[in-house]
Amino acid sequence: MKPTDPAIVWLEEKPLGLGERLYLPLFVQGLTTTARHLVSPKVTVSFPEERPRIGNPLLYRGVHRLNKDAQGRVQCVACFLCATACPAHCIDIVAAESPWPDREKYPESFQIDELRCIFCGMCEEACPVDAIELTSLLDLTGRSREEMIFDKEKLLSVYDMTKDAEPMKSASLTGGSAHAHAIPAGGARQGGLP
Amino acid sequence: MNAVLPSPTTIAALVKIGLLVGGLMTAAAYLVLLERWIAAWVQDRKGPNRVGIPLTNIRLFGLGQPLADGLKIILKEDFTPSHVDRVLYNAAPLLILAASLAIFAAIPFGSVLPPLGIPGLPDPVPFLVAPGLDVGVLWVFALSSIAVYGVLLGGWASNNKYGFLGGLRSSAQLVAYEIPLGLGLLGVVLAAGSLKLDRIMEAQATSGVWYAFAQPLGFIVFLVASFAEAARLPFDLPEAEQELVGGYHTEYSGIRLLLFLVAEFLHMITAAFLIVIMFLGGWHLWGVTGSAAEVSWAGALVRFAILSAKILGVIVFFMLVRWSWPRFRFDQLMNLAWKVMLPLGLANLVTVAVVEEYRPWLVERLGSSGAGWVALALPWGMFFVGWIVAGLLTPSGTDNRPIHTHGPLDAEQSLAEDLVEA
Repeated sequence: MKPTDPAIVWLEEKPLGLGERLYLPLFVQGLTTTARHLVSPKVTVSFPEERPRIGNPLLYRGVHRLNKDAQGRVQCVACFLCATACPAHCIDIVAAESPWPDREKYPESFQIDELRCIFCGMCEEACPVDAIELTSLLDLTGRSREEMIFDKEKLLSVYDMTKDAEPMKSASLTGGSAHAHAIPAGGARQGGLP
Repeated sequence: MNAVLPSPTTIAALVKIGLLVGGLMTAAAYLVLLERWIAAWVQDRKGPNRVGIPLTNIRLFGLGQPLADGLKIILKEDFTPSHVDRVLYNAAPLLILAASLAIFAAIPFGSVLPPLGIPGLPDPVPFLVAPGLDVGVLWVFALSSIAVYGVLLGGWASNNKYGFLGGLRSSAQLVAYEIPLGLGLLGVVLAAGSLKLDRIMEAQATSGVWYAFAQPLGFIVFLVASFAEAARLPFDLPEAEQELVGGYHTEYSGIRLLLFLVAEFLHMITAAFLIVIMFLGGWHLWGVTGSAAEVSWAGALVRFAILSAKILGVIVFFMLVRWSWPRFRFDQLMNLAWKVMLPLGLANLVTVAVVEEYRPWLVERLGSSGAGWVALALPWGMFFVGWIVAGLLTPSGTDNRPIHTHGPLDAEQSLAEDLVEA
C-alpha cells in the first residue's frame, strides 16, 4: 500500500494536556496500578501440590489412550488413518487379522512414541471408530526414551485409568449414551458429532 | 603494655564495621529476594517461595533463596576473556565494591547508644563508624563518585562494545546527575548548618519539620537524582538489557559479577539512607522518639527500628517504581538532568538561602510560629510555581520526532503529484 493511498487514515497525536505535562497525575496513576497488582490475587499454580485447571477435557490434548469396547476388546480396527494423519510420524501399527467376527483387522501391536508426538490431535480427528483419544493427563514423564514409547497395553491401561474421570468423547458429544459401538466391518464412521 | 592493645575507640570502630559490613551484605542478599518477590507480585506471580532451610523440607516462604543464589553464582566459572585489559578488568569490581562499602563509614545507621561507662570510650556511643568526621556528606559524595570509576573501568577494560557503551552511558549519566544531587543536598546542608549526617538528623528531630516538607523541591530533585545515581529504572541506561546485553558488566561472570551486583544494591541502599537521613527525618518520628541527645536502651532501639523501617520503605518505593515506568531515552535523560532538575535544584537552593537569611528577621516580626509558617509557605510556593513552569516548558524539548508541516510523508506525496501531472 502506497503512502498516498486514500484508504489510509493519517492520525495526528493529540497534544499533551496540562495534567500530562505536569507528570504528577500520571505518576500517581502508574504507581496505583503497580500497587494494585502488588496485592491482587496471584495466578501462579504451584504445580506438584496444586493441579492446574483443565478448561474443557473434551478439547484438551494430553496423553493418548486406546479405548475399549463393551466386551473389553480394543476398539481399534487397524485402519492406519491415524498413522497416516500423524504429522510427526509417531504412531506405529502392526495389523493382524481380527479374531472377532465383527471386524476384519485389529492391531497386533500399537505403539506411540510420546517423545516424538506433538499433541496436535490429528489422530483423534482421523479415527473413524473413536478408538484413539487424547486425555487430559498432562504430566507425562519417563526415565528413558524407551519408556516413553507407549505400546498397546500401556495405552489400554491409560484408558482404564481415565475412563471414570473422562468417558469416551463421542459418548459425551452424543448426549451421554455410553454405548459401545457395534462396529461394522470396514470401519464406517459411527457416532461422532451430533 | 597499653601501647600494644588497640584503644577502646578503635575496638568500637572495628565492632561497628563488622556489624555494618555483615548487615549490609545480608541486607543486599535479602534485597535481591525482595526485589524478586516484588517483581513477581507486581506481575501477579508468587515469586521464589520454595527454598528454605537446606537439607530439610522446611520452606520458610523462600527465605533460603539468597543462600542458593549466592552459592550458585560463586560456583559459576569465573571466566576471563582473552581480549581484556587484565589489570583494570580485575580492579574494577574491587574498586566499585570497596568504594560502595567505604561510603558507610560516614553514614549513621541509628541514633546513639546509652552511656556504656567503658573507660576510654566517649559517651554516648553513636551508631556511626567515623563519628568525628566533620565532612560526612562530602565523604559520601566523593566516594560515590569514585564508584563511577568501577563502572567506567569495567566497561573499558572489557574491550567489548556493549560494555564500552554501558560505561560511556554510565559516565555521562552519573556526571550529569551528580549536579542536581549536589544541589538538592546543598539546601539541606544550608538549613541544617552542618555537613555531618547525624547533625542533619538531629536538626530535623529538634524542629520536628523534616526537610522533605521544608524543601519539597529539593526533595524531588534529590529523589530523582538518586534514582539516576543508583542506576535504577527509569534511569538504568548503563545496563539496559534490551540494548546492551549487560552493559558495563557484560564480560563479567562468577564472583566478579557478584561483586558488581552487590555494589549496585549497595548504591540503592546508600541512596535510601541518604534520602531518609536528609529529607525524611532519619530516626525521628513525631510522638515516638524525642529529640534528646541521650536516650535509654529502649529509645536507642526504637530509633534504630524507625530508621530501618523508613529505609526499607524507600527501598520498596525504588522497587515499585521499577515496575511502573519505562526507561528514559538517553536524550530525555539528559534533558531532564540539565533542563529540569538543574534549574529546579537552583530554585530550591535560592529559596532555602532566602528563608535562612531572613529567618531571624521573620522571627522578630511574626514570632516563632509565624516565621515557621512563612518558612514553609515560601518553599511550597516555589515548588508549585517551579513544577508548573518546568512541566509547561519541557515536553516539547524531549520530542525529537520529525515534524510534518503539510501532510504525511511530504516527499513521496509530492513525487506522486508530479507523476499525476506528467
